[in-house]
Amino acid sequence: MKLRIQYFANLRDKSGKEEEVLETPTSCPLELYRELQKSYGFELNADQLGVAINDRFANWEQSFEENDLVTFIPPVGGG
Amino acid sequence: MFRVSSVDLEVTAELENLSNSRAGALVTFEGWVRNHHEGRDVLHLEYQAYEALCLSEAEILRAEVLSKHDIIDLACVHRVGHCPIGTKAVWVGVTAEHRGAAFDACEHYMDALKVRFPIWKKESYVDGDSEWVRCEACAEHEHTHGHH
Repeated sequence: MKLRIQYFANLRDKSGKEEEVLETPTSCPLELYRELQKSYGFELNADQLGVAINDRFANWEQSFEENDLVTFIPPVGGG
Repeated sequence: MFRVSSVDLEVTAELENLSNSRAGALVTFEGWVRNHHEGRDVLHLEYQAYEALCLSEAEILRAEVLSKHDIIDLACVHRVGHCPIGTKAVWVGVTAEHRGAAFDACEHYMDALKVRFPIWKKESYVDGDSEWVRCEACAEHEHTHGHH
């Protein structure tokens, strides 16, 4: 499955990427995040993050579709 | 109406859009970049925003605030990118017939923005360190929650 992944804040610093396209066997955000955590050494755990698919908040078990845009949301701090 | 800006906040367009002959009050809030946080000397801030998700969340929040408070309209602009000390990080404007509802709505909007909008703030300190800072209400909630 081909996915587009977008990174912000701590995750962007750690991965060194704003965005990337990945071919992955994972089928939901939770599996994907665990993969990425191994690759990039993300310190935040999934339970500290939110997730969005195609610019909408999603849940961690939602099944991916080809070319989905997946974004992990670290703890926010606007204002 | 909500937008992000990568340059110094300029709200002439927002004020024009808010202009309404029924309005008897305009309440505005500006968040400024200050030179300290929790005892540390801050050099500057950097904001990142997930713009598409901010826009949809802003529409939802605007509808909530409009339904709860007797106001006419509201607008908000949030900075992204590098922000020196003293610059504006966020601006909110609320119009209403009377000021009470406008003050309440402005506070409601800002409280919700801080915990709900996908916006991140990195503080760079005078000592050379830097850190992504989460909103105080979220950290407080987790702290309280963790002790129950």
